[in-house]
Amino acid sequence: MTPSEFDFLKNFLKTRSGLVLSNDKQYLVESRLLPIARSSKLETLSAVIQALQKGGNRTLETEVIEAMTTNESFFFRDKTPFDHFKDTMLPALLASRSTRKQLKIWCAAASTGQEPYSLGICLKEDAAKMGGWRTRILGTDLSQEVLEKAKTGLYSQFEVQRGLPIQMLLKYFEQKGDMWQINAGMRAMVEWKKLNLLDSFSHLGEFDIVFCRNVLIYFDQATKTEILGRLAKALPEDGFLVLGAAETVVGLTDAFKPVPGKRGLFQRKPQADTKTAPASALGGRVAVGASSIR
Amino acid sequence: MKQCLVVDDSSVIRKVARRILEDMNFEITEAEDGQQALDACRKSMPDAILLDWNMPVMDGLEFLTSLRAEDGGENPIVVFCTTENDVAHIARAIRAGANEYIMKPFDREIVEAKFQEVGLI
Repeated sequence: MTPSEFDFLKNFLKTRSGLVLSNDKQYLVESRLLPIARSSKLETLSAVIQALQKGGNRTLETEVIEAMTTNESFFFRDKTPFDHFKDTMLPALLASRSTRKQLKIWCAAASTGQEPYSLGICLKEDAAKMGGWRTRILGTDLSQEVLEKAKTGLYSQFEVQRGLPIQMLLKYFEQKGDMWQINAGMRAMVEWKKLNLLDSFSHLGEFDIVFCRNVLIYFDQATKTEILGRLAKALPEDGFLVLGAAETVVGLTDAFKPVPGKRGLFQRKPQADTKTAPASALGGRVAVGASSIR
Repeated sequence: MKQCLVVDDSSVIRKVARRILEDMNFEITEAEDGQQALDACRKSMPDAILLDWNMPVMDGLEFLTSLRAEDGGENPIVVFCTTENDVAHIARAIRAGANEYIMKPFDREIVEAKFQEVGLI
């Protein structure tokens, strides 16, 4: 791959998916795109890039974007966010929404489905506290291919052994030949939609919790800020945002504040915060006015 | 340093497991079958046991049942590691007192994930 080919690919991925490819990622490009070169009978990476430059090959374009943006996913990946979910987010929301008894969760980079299903398992494990509640989990991803897999809920023996306790495997999965399938009840808990975070998602409505882990790392600062701004609009004042362990909102947006002591967990800054400031300033002015009258 | 007893009749598996577990800071002892493992435990209870199922002399399930009946035998965390990968086998192992279960073939990531699951790392 020549430097100009790499530049073209960088630009192509940036405009089409928001992915920012640094110059040290040549190996990643090769390992992810060579299989496509072979399967599409183009043989070399250069030929794939030339075909992209020529344009008009939608299938190839989609394949390349999906191959470059797909992440490996585990059940209960990183563990901590799921502890936050059970110990912090659920108790807070169960209390604040006790009349409406409705909970909407969005996994914005659902990949092959492990994250939404892990949340589904958490909810089922807490079912005793959730009698009469309506919960909805939405999983979205840029890639149709991973969503198709997510929808089937079929995982290899390797996949079900990464992060999933054996008791949970027995409880929520059925053996299907060499594969394990999450049971129908769990599959019915999750809805799937193809979505590019660069596009508008206001039509999805409002959520109580958004998981958006290890996605923003692919975007440049301006894009991160823009997406976080739109995520804030998809959350109510007490809504939660979960980012990857190495990600933060600090320096990017004022719409969220870190939840103290909970790594990767952020909460919308309640409007009250911003309203309090002018209100107290006003109060101050009134006092000054009053004293000047005296 | 935590002690882990690796029980498997295959020397290749023991070697692979040893390499992974030593990187995870475990001190390793090895046994080729359930009886050897039981003898080792009677001398000194390890913190963890990585346990194969099908072995000559005494199999993994028999060993686990005997271990849990021993004085102090409830302490070691036992992770099965076997080619038996059906629901019935897994359920039997859990009932006999296994804490986790690895279906072969395994890799470093799976061992790490499972050991993390049971609080060993």
